[in-house]
Amino acid sequence: MRALRFLLRKEFLQLFRDPAIVRLLVMIPIVQLIVLANAATFEVKRARMHVVDLDRSTMSRGAVDRLVASGRFVASEASGSTAQGDDALMRRTVELVLAIPAGFERDLVRDRRGEVQLLMNAEDGAAAGVTQAYARQILAAYAAELQVRLVPAVAVGRARPEAPPARGVPRVEVRSRGWYNAELDYRHYMVPGILVQLLTIVGTLLTALNIVREKEAGTLDQLNVTPVSRGVFITAKLLPLWLIAMVVLSIGLTVARFVFGVPMEGSLVLVCAGAALYLVAALGIGLWVSTVTETQQQAMFVNFSILMVYLLMSGLFTPVSAMPHWAQVVANVNPMRHFITLMRAVLLKGAGLPDVAPQLVVLAVSGVVVLAVAMRQYHKRAD
Amino acid sequence: MRVRDRLQALRAFVTKEARHILRDRQTLTILLLMPLAQVVLFGFAIRTDVNEIRFAVVDPAPDAASLGLRARFAGTDRFRTVATVPTVAALEPLFRRGDVEVALVVPRGLGDALRDGTPARLQLITDASNPNTGTTMQTYAGAVIQQWQAGLPGTRGAVRIEPQVRMRFNPTLESVNLFVPGLIALVLTLVSAQMTAISLSREKERGTMEILLVSPLHPWQIILGKVAPYLLLAFANVVTALVAAWLVFDVPFRGSLVLLLAASTLYALVGLALGVFIAAVTDSQRAAMTGSMLGTMLPSTLLSGMIFPIASLPLPLQVLSNIVPARWFIVIVRGVMLKGAGVVHLWQELAVLTLMLVVLLAVATRSFKARLA
Amino acid sequence: MSRAIEVQDLTRRFGAFTAVDAITVDVEAGEVFGFLGANGAGKTTAIKMLIGLLAPTSGTARVAGFDILTQSEEVRRSIGYMSQRFSLYDDLTVRENITLYGGIYGLTDAEIRERGDGMLETLQLADTRKALVGTLPLGWKQKLAFSVAMLHRPKVVFLDEPTGGVDPVTRRQFWEMIYAAAARGTTVFVTTHYMDEAEYCDRLSIMVDGRIAAMGSPAALKREFGAPSIDEIFVRLARPAAAGAA
Repeated sequence: MRALRFLLRKEFLQLFRDPAIVRLLVMIPIVQLIVLANAATFEVKRARMHVVDLDRSTMSRGAVDRLVASGRFVASEASGSTAQGDDALMRRTVELVLAIPAGFERDLVRDRRGEVQLLMNAEDGAAAGVTQAYARQILAAYAAELQVRLVPAVAVGRARPEAPPARGVPRVEVRSRGWYNAELDYRHYMVPGILVQLLTIVGTLLTALNIVREKEAGTLDQLNVTPVSRGVFITAKLLPLWLIAMVVLSIGLTVARFVFGVPMEGSLVLVCAGAALYLVAALGIGLWVSTVTETQQQAMFVNFSILMVYLLMSGLFTPVSAMPHWAQVVANVNPMRHFITLMRAVLLKGAGLPDVAPQLVVLAVSGVVVLAVAMRQYHKRAD
Repeated sequence: MRVRDRLQALRAFVTKEARHILRDRQTLTILLLMPLAQVVLFGFAIRTDVNEIRFAVVDPAPDAASLGLRARFAGTDRFRTVATVPTVAALEPLFRRGDVEVALVVPRGLGDALRDGTPARLQLITDASNPNTGTTMQTYAGAVIQQWQAGLPGTRGAVRIEPQVRMRFNPTLESVNLFVPGLIALVLTLVSAQMTAISLSREKERGTMEILLVSPLHPWQIILGKVAPYLLLAFANVVTALVAAWLVFDVPFRGSLVLLLAASTLYALVGLALGVFIAAVTDSQRAAMTGSMLGTMLPSTLLSGMIFPIASLPLPLQVLSNIVPARWFIVIVRGVMLKGAGVVHLWQELAVLTLMLVVLLAVATRSFKARLA
Repeated sequence: MSRAIEVQDLTRRFGAFTAVDAITVDVEAGEVFGFLGANGAGKTTAIKMLIGLLAPTSGTARVAGFDILTQSEEVRRSIGYMSQRFSLYDDLTVRENITLYGGIYGLTDAEIRERGDGMLETLQLADTRKALVGTLPLGWKQKLAFSVAMLHRPKVVFLDEPTGGVDPVTRRQFWEMIYAAAARGTTVFVTTHYMDEAEYCDRLSIMVDGRIAAMGSPAALKREFGAPSIDEIFVRLARPAAAGAA
């Protein structure tokens, strides 16, 4: 245990003498939080629309006006042919083409049924799906508006026999409420997740590089011929990095609170407990990487490839529930996924200990498992 | 004679570089497998569409109308009913644990209200902690209610506007079609810019660069020799990603392969020039790694439209995205692969990349000379 | 325990390649033993097995009376090691390096202070105790590294090409330190490329292609081979191997 004290002192001295560490501590939170929080959004803003209005009637103009008035669409181009619209899609100057055929108004008045055509640039399928759904909603609302104007005047008689007499047309009002993020600020959702990513990068990369650097310098061999035990050595390596990561988390949380105004509904103690457990797994991965690589360059690459998979399967950017079943199973053994869930639940929804107990258990178990595997892999004596 | 000597020297040098790359098996394996792994991951696992929404109903007094509405939700693929609870209060813990994402609150006496024509007040509650999926889920739920309403007796004669929607270029809305082009850009960036930067700076760090510089090789030959093997590697990666995308995921390829490969070469050269520049202005491998990470990988993933649409970025970042080469390249790849676009449609993007190449080459050679002279 | 190192048929194979081929060596306590061999002859592999960095394929060895297979921790406590790339921490000061290794080997704070000061005194490095090791010239670093390896007074010290790249004057001083250590009863196991250094050893062995080709005191070897210098013997033994490999 005495040896641990000396090794720890050495690690701290080295860490704080390394200018790269200080830069890392400042740069990563800033770059990641500021850039990622702003950039990582799928939010579909205004879609640019090419309008081909062949009807040129009050009602066709009304349809276009309703779409634009919603704030979701901009009528940025207009022409007389769908072909030109299609070309605009190809050139990416618009996201969709709205084509209103001649006779739109006539059909609405006569048959109560009008048709329009929507051509979407579906390169980004998800965005196209959402834009399309907005357009449908707005057009349906416009139809309801026309109902009031058209039905009493025209063809009411024909509708009568089907509707029970003396009773009104069914009226449905839908009130929608979004819980936990009333301002719909996407950054509130992303920032806790990005913090997790931050901890992961700091934890794994620093650990891997730190140990591999000693390998490259030959000082690792020197330590391995001393009586220092594996457990003491690994503790001395991981503890300072664990502390640094916790400091990064505190800085990150402060930035999240005061720069991004992320609500902190739940208990920060719970967040720190989750981080403390999660970091054991993250550092364990770094330790493992250091055992299978010889140079810092290799360590970077191995680490990068692992993190890549790890990140994509974590639900940070894309919802886990959208993944196919097998991928969800894989995602379930990813500790990062559970920590992100915990962070979001505690910070945004005010989840308490009973709500996130399962996540904490998974984090604890995965920490133990990862560390055990990595320690088994680490040998003082090569085979 | 002198030209022949030069070529001979260049060949020897390229061979040496290739040996370096081939000898580091681990890095090579990663470089060759990564595009495959990514195509598989993005193709199978990474979806941005919202499916299987966990749905709950609050229906304190079920009647025929409310059951009909619930059946509507049960009938769609998108919603999976996980709970039916009597009060709104009971929803709270379900939402907090993430068990439920959307809840529909049905008032008592829904059927009576519909029959009498008094307003039937439905309430939709969504977990908006992720505002994007929150809004999307709300929109989908709203659409289900609308359809249900349209099928109610008494609404039969209502006015309807029916949009005929055609999804151009990607009718099944597969996210993989969106991601594969981005992946090609990402892998090319990694191999060309990052590997070049690291390998050049390693040579500098070890002092072997000086040996090369005192040799009769021209600086441009040294750079060419360094980058040629990486260029080949980059090509192998592009082809792997394309073949995997085509075989496994049926990603369409509608345009000209020649145009795509030509554009890839152009982009790879831009990346290589960027790598040379980074190596010239940094002093150690570690600095070069950090530099290429911040200077190439981050912008290529975040500010390129690869995953996140550029239109969603705040304005300053949108402006910044214009100087990210990947942003232009991804437009080209998507255009060629998904839309069958030709030079006519893509000349602007190609011109931008060419301009970037010229500028970067000029800057890179200058700083390279300045640092080593 | 009169034998400091006993090696019996120690073998190490990497795949089909046999780096160390059933070597048998005994080193008496207090001896300065020279372990010679051309580059790639298997010296470093052999040393790595003895100090517990590499597992042997077969054979046994005892260092300071402890079995290297079953009692590796006891071995580690009794030895010191300085490698060719050693490698004190460049980003720690002289003092901090001394404290670290003293602490690792379980010296008390008082012992660390006392021995550290004495050591710096002897090395005439007292002024540099607060300097980062990275800023010292190579010769100083090597001497410092050796002293640090001796800080816990090991029974056996392994030196892997300790004088590589060092000027002749410093090499001379270095060997004086080795003799001083041997005089205090430490067994010194040293590899070197310098044949003049080989002459300073009590006994030495010459390794060729993983086997020990010759072993004995410098004088006995010169008699046996009828050669005027160790250098001559070394070239004669190593050449057939080199010719065979080419």
